Amino acid sequence: MNNEVIIDKIFKGSLRAVGLVLLGIPLLLLGVMFFYSLPSIKAFGFRFIVGQTWDPVKGMYGGLPFLVGTLLTSLIALVISFPFSFSTALLLSEYLEGGILANMLKSAIELLAGIPSVIYGFWGLIVLVPLLRKLEMTMGIPPYGVSIFGASIILSIMIIPYASTMSREVMRLVPGDIKEAAYSLGGTHWEVIKRVVIPTSRSGIFAGILLALGRALGETMAVTMIIGNKNQLTFNVFEPGNTMASVIANEFTEASDTLYLSSLIELGLLLFVVTAIINFLGRKIIERYEIKGDDGALLNE
Amino acid sequence: MKKRFAVFSVILLLTSGLLFPGGIREAEKKGNKTNSARSVGELLGAGATFPYPFYSKMFNEYFSETGVKVNYQAIGSGGGIRQLLSKTVDFGGTDAFMSDSDLAKAEGTILHIPTCLGAVTVTYNLPGVEPLNFTPEIIAGIFLGEIVKWNDVRIRKENREVKLPDQKIVVVHRSDGSGTTFIFSDYLSKVSTKWKDKVGRGKSLNWPVGLGGKGNPGVAGLVKQTPGAVGYVELVYALQNSMPVGNIKNKSGNYIKPSIESVSKAAKVELPDDTRISITNTDAPAGYPISGFTWLIFYKEQKYGGRSEERARELLRLLWWVEHDGQDYAEPLHYAPLPEKAVKKAEVIIKSVTYNGKPLSF
Repeated sequence: MNNEVIIDKIFKGSLRAVGLVLLGIPLLLLGVMFFYSLPSIKAFGFRFIVGQTWDPVKGMYGGLPFLVGTLLTSLIALVISFPFSFSTALLLSEYLEGGILANMLKSAIELLAGIPSVIYGFWGLIVLVPLLRKLEMTMGIPPYGVSIFGASIILSIMIIPYASTMSREVMRLVPGDIKEAAYSLGGTHWEVIKRVVIPTSRSGIFAGILLALGRALGETMAVTMIIGNKNQLTFNVFEPGNTMASVIANEFTEASDTLYLSSLIELGLLLFVVTAIINFLGRKIIERYEIKGDDGALLNE
Repeated sequence: MKKRFAVFSVILLLTSGLLFPGGIREAEKKGNKTNSARSVGELLGAGATFPYPFYSKMFNEYFSETGVKVNYQAIGSGGGIRQLLSKTVDFGGTDAFMSDSDLAKAEGTILHIPTCLGAVTVTYNLPGVEPLNFTPEIIAGIFLGEIVKWNDVRIRKENREVKLPDQKIVVVHRSDGSGTTFIFSDYLSKVSTKWKDKVGRGKSLNWPVGLGGKGNPGVAGLVKQTPGAVGYVELVYALQNSMPVGNIKNKSGNYIKPSIESVSKAAKVELPDDTRISITNTDAPAGYPISGFTWLIFYKEQKYGGRSEERARELLRLLWWVEHDGQDYAEPLHYAPLPEKAVKKAEVIIKSVTYNGKPLSF
């Protein structure tokens, strides 16, 4: 064997090893969290997921308020952010080809992704929360300011770059010949976007949303500063609430007894599982919408 | 093919070596010979965040006086206790003394010495209404959600000279587990049986009402922003930020303004020999009722995990210094220094430390 062949083999081997390590990390995470959750799983079983009381003094741990809080904030954030991420993606891929405005918009979106979450939290606390408080006063509800809704707004700003960048990339990848074909049939720009660009790229758009949702589910610092940290179940978005990530960050350092610590770790496990389930469902949806072969979305319409 | 397999397995071994040593197995056999190779040059401590500015100042001074470096990680009292139990540190720091059941879990006897005093103040946002007087019943009532308006007759009765608005009370509490919450709830459990039954005492609670803010700054920020809010913050933080604080009626019936002096006075009570005592709702007539010690914890038998005798001596010298010279650094940083009686108790405890069963001279 000459040198090149050996180098090639080493290269291939190390790539494979890195791949295996990456495969191992989530499994290891899952394993470790499961192991440390055992005391709590044994003590509460399924009641951990449906229980509404989180009382470290009496040793009662139910995670439902946090599960609801996590899902509620993330979904509302997604709903708020979607129009913005979708329209900026469309604008950048279809209407602004280069130019100063396009570049500025692109860097602004990239900048949003780079801002540390504690800055978002801080901004939320000193700017957004007082505004919400005023709004709540005019609506005649208790003016807490900090609330699930506030956290959702912050989250929605934080996740725009993820959904937007991904959507933009897939929209740009729509083959020029299909678009030209549509134009040659007499389609207007709007019709081309509606009948060609969006249908062709919808699986990618959905993947972007999924990425954004993943980020929203796990966001901790900004949420904990805005959400009000109330460990009680609520579906009223103007009430303070709490999320799984936030309660872990809040209580982990001072959790000294085993059951308490293990309940917090079980919350982490729950968050992991929720994220995995959403990812799995998302994948199924993407597969459904994926364009197969040459009979593209146009023909499916 | 064979070669490829060999290369592959070497890489796999290397990478798995990176992944696994910090994993489950290490944590399971806690406490066996950790860090036996460290030098005496640096003592390790971990724990409470509340006294951290005081400790960090003291340990800095100690280093310039003696050349012995003390590395204190402010990871929280719970973490400090865990680190000491797993014997990865020379001493821990905690805001709440260890319970008997926690002590029973340790391999060996753990000793406590107090280092300074902290207090919890009740702060509020009612522009122009100052100062406010609180009784234990009012505080318990507000934080239980039974007193919901500022012009409640129970508050008015104690504050005849100020005009209280017809405004809803917004309760703010700590969202993170903390010694501040522990002292506050310890006090409320002593003065209100209803609180004791319904909520109890701990570093994190199942709060009946209110919003949670992270850390003292989080609570202070929410109180400052929300009209009609009331919350509790550490005395040091309240003094540094000149926040409005309420006077609290103590056991002897005196209204006490929280200050370094009134907190130090709260500790002028009979102390047990192991110094594990809660001084909230103190008997001292001039003492501020929501006060408490913060402690350093360490093992009575210093020969463990391959520690040298010299290292044990070094630790005792440090502890002795903290109880004496170190006390001078408390007040400038708004911490209340220990009363003489507490120092005397601590001296006896430090002298009781052994190495391999024999008392240590240091």
